[in-house]
Amino acid sequence: MPFRSSGRKGLPRTQGKDFIVAEKSGADILVECLIDLGVEVVFGYPGGAVLPIYDALFNHPKIRHVLVRHEQGATHMAEGYARSTGKPGVVLVTSGPGATNAVTGITDALMDSIPMIVLTGQVATQLIGTDAFQEADTIGITRHCTKHNYLVKDPGKLAGVIHEAFHIATTGRPGPVVVDIPKNVQVATAPYQKPEAFEHASYRPQIKADAKAIDTAVEMLAAAERPILYTGGGVINSGLEAARLLRELADMTGAPVTSTLMGLGAFPASSPQWLGMLGMHGTYESNWAMNQADLIVCIGARFDDRVTGRLDAFAPNSRKVHIDIDRSSINKTVEVDLPIVADVGSAMADMIALWKSRNHHKADLSAWWKQIDGWREQKSLAYPESATEIMPQEAIAQLYKATRSATDVIITTEVGQHQMWAAQHFGFDAPNKWLTSGGLGTMGYGFPAAIGAQVGNPDSLVICVAGDASVQMNIQEMGTASQYRTPVKLFILNNEYMGMVRQWQELTYESRYSNSYSDSLPDFVKLAEAYGWTGIRIEGPQELESGIRQMIDTPGPVIVDCRVAKLSNCFPMIPSGAAHTDMLLDPSQVSGSLSDEAKALV
Amino acid sequence: MHIQEELNERHVLSLTVANEAGILARIAGLFTARGYNIDSLTVADITTDHAISRITIVTGGPPKVIDQIIAQLERLVPVHKVTDLTEAGPFVERELALVKVSGTGEDRIEALRLADVFRAKVVDTTIESFIFEITGTTDKIDNFVALMRQIGLVEVGRTGVVGLTRGKEAA
Ligand SMILES: Cc1ncc(C[n+]2csc(CCOP(=O)(O)OP(=O)(O)O)c2C)c(N)n1
Ligand SMILES: [Mg+2]
Repeated sequence: MPFRSSGRKGLPRTQGKDFIVAEKSGADILVECLIDLGVEVVFGYPGGAVLPIYDALFNHPKIRHVLVRHEQGATHMAEGYARSTGKPGVVLVTSGPGATNAVTGITDALMDSIPMIVLTGQVATQLIGTDAFQEADTIGITRHCTKHNYLVKDPGKLAGVIHEAFHIATTGRPGPVVVDIPKNVQVATAPYQKPEAFEHASYRPQIKADAKAIDTAVEMLAAAERPILYTGGGVINSGLEAARLLRELADMTGAPVTSTLMGLGAFPASSPQWLGMLGMHGTYESNWAMNQADLIVCIGARFDDRVTGRLDAFAPNSRKVHIDIDRSSINKTVEVDLPIVADVGSAMADMIALWKSRNHHKADLSAWWKQIDGWREQKSLAYPESATEIMPQEAIAQLYKATRSATDVIITTEVGQHQMWAAQHFGFDAPNKWLTSGGLGTMGYGFPAAIGAQVGNPDSLVICVAGDASVQMNIQEMGTASQYRTPVKLFILNNEYMGMVRQWQELTYESRYSNSYSDSLPDFVKLAEAYGWTGIRIEGPQELESGIRQMIDTPGPVIVDCRVAKLSNCFPMIPSGAAHTDMLLDPSQVSGSLSDEAKALV
Repeated sequence: MHIQEELNERHVLSLTVANEAGILARIAGLFTARGYNIDSLTVADITTDHAISRITIVTGGPPKVIDQIIAQLERLVPVHKVTDLTEAGPFVERELALVKVSGTGEDRIEALRLADVFRAKVVDTTIESFIFEITGTTDKIDNFVALMRQIGLVEVGRTGVVGLTRGKEAA
C-alpha cells in the first residue's frame, strides 16, 4: 500500500519511480531500525493495532520477544532489563488499553531516569479523533510522563523518529520515550535507509562541565574540614566508569560517602568510607553527617524530599556543590552554592585530574571521622532479636549472607517496609545490581523488574524482595517467568500487612489500621505449584537459613513465603517534614499522632 | 492548618521552539502540571520554512520559581531557546486589543477623543458602536479598557504579549 502523505511538501521522501532504495512496510522499517540500534529483546503484548509489527517479528532470528501477561509488567521488565544491563529497555503494546496499561511503568521510568522506548500501536490515521475502537489519545496521555513522545503519521519518517527516540531515551538524563504508530503507517511502504548520524536541532545535553566550576569545586573540596559526598542514581546512569571514578574521588579526598536509595551500589558498602543510605530511612550517621557537614558534594542526586526532610533545617551550615546533567534539578528545592551542569562521570574525571595536577593531598579529616564514628555507635540499624519470630531485618541479613559467595546477585524490590529493609541490610558493592522503584514508589515494580533483569543477565542470581501486598500487583507475570524459564527467586517478606501503611497509621493515626491488613492472601506455595514453580514456606527462625539455601539451590523460579514478625516497624525514620536531627530510632519514640502540618505531607 | 501563598514577580519569557504538533500542549501542560502561572501566551511561526515558532509567555512567581520555569522549559526536547526578557536587559513588549464600545451622543464623542489620546484606530463602526484597535503595553491596554468601561464597553479581544530585546542582536 503506497502511502499518501497529507503532510507539508518538501519532506525528505523519495518520490514515485526514481528511488533506488527498496520500499519496506512501516512494520519492517521498525524492525530494521531495532536491529540497527542493537535491540535484542522486546517486552510486549499483541493487539489489533500492532498486528503488522507482530507479523514482522514472527519467528524473528535476531529479536527476541518476551510475551508478558499485562502491559504494566512489560514496562517494569524493560526497566529491570535497562537498569541491570545499561541498555535501553524496549516495550511494544497495542493501542487504547495496551497503551494506558503501560502508563504506570512509563511514569516510573521518568521518575527514576530509566532509558526506555515504548512503541504503541494506534488506530489508522484517518480514524484518529473519531473515538474509534481502542483509540486512546496516547500522545496526550503520555505527554507528561515521558521525556518525549512522537506520533508518526508517515512511514517515510518512521526510521528517523525511531533513531531519534533511542537517542533521546539514552542520552542526557535518560528517560522513557513513546512512539505511537498508527496501523496504516505500519502497513504502508516507504524507502528505508539506515539514518546517518545526526545532530538534534534543539536537544543537546551538556556533558562537559564548565572548567571554572570544576576548579572551584576542587578547591572547595581541598579546603573542606567536614566534607561529604552525597551520591545518587545519576552515578549509575552515567555508567560503570562513573562508579569507578566515584571510588577514586572518595579515596583521594578521604571524604565519607552516602547515597540515595537509587544510588546504592555505585559506592561499595564494604568500604570504611561508606555511611549507608541517607534520608527518611537512612542511617543515623549519614543523616547527621549531612546535617553537620561543611561541604556537601551532591553527585547525580536531586535533593528529593525523602532525602532532605524539613527543608529549612536541611544541612544548615554547609556549602553545597551540585553536579547534575539536568539543569532543572539544580536549585529546584535546595539552593546550592556551586551548580555544575554535566555528566557526573565526566565532571568527576575533570575534578580528579585537576586535584592531581594541583598536588592536593588528602586533608586531615580525623576530627570529622571521629565525630562520624560517634554517630555510628548509635547502631541505628540494630533491631530487636526474637527466638520465636523471624525478624524481617534478619531475613534480609541472612539473604545477604547466603548470597555473598555468589558471583553475581541482582536484587529487585517491591515497595514498602521490605524495600527499606533490603536497602538497609543488604550490602551492595557494585552498580546495576539494585533495582527498585524510588521516585514513583510503584508497588508491582519489583517482580517484573526481576524477570527483565534475568532476561538481560541469564547467568545472574536474580532475587526479588517482595511484600505480601505488592507482589499481588503483578503476580500474573509468574506465567511469563514460567514460559521463558527465567529462574527468578521471589522472596516474600510476608507480614500479612501493607506494613508501610500500617506503620504510618501506627505513627500518625493512633494505630487505627484502616484497610491495611492483607486479608485473604493466597497460599503462595500452592500458587507456585499452579504455575509450575517451586514453593517454599519459611515459618520460623530455625528454618530461615536452610530455606534461603534451598531457594538458591533450586533451579528454576521459586517463591518463598517467608513468614516474618507482623508488627515490625522500619527504623530509623525521619517522619515526613521533620529535620534530620529529629530522627526516630526505635518504637519507644513514637507518639502515635502527628500535627496537621505533618499529616499533610506524603 | 492554612496554606501559605508566595509573592509573585512578573516575567516575560520568549521561546523559540520547533513548530511541531503538540508543542503548545507540551508547554501549556508543563505550566499546569507544575503549578506555574500563565498570564498570557502567544504563538506563531516565524521562519519562512515554518520550522520554528516563537512563543511569548507572561508568567509570574518568586525568582526561584521563575528560574525553575526556565530550566523546565529548556528541558523540553523541541525547545530551542528560552530568553527571560525581563532579565535580559531592555526589551520591547506589545499587545494588540480589539475593543468594542457602544454609545451615542456625548459618549460617542468621548470614546473617539480617548481613542485619539491612546492612538487607537477605529476598525469598525456602526451608528451606535466602534471597534478600536489598540497596541501597546499591557498596562496601556488595561487603562484604555478601564476608561471605555465607563463609556460603554461591550467586549474585548486581546492577543497577549509579544516581546523582543532592544538593540541589533537577537536574544
Ligand atoms: C501502586 C501503589 N499503590 C499504593 C501504594 C502505597 N503503599 C506504599 S507501601 C504499601 C504497602 C506495601 O505492602 P507490602 O507489599 O506487603 O510491603 P510491606 O510494607 O508490608 O513490607 C502501600 C499500599 C504504592 N506505593 N503503590
Ligand atoms: Mg506486607
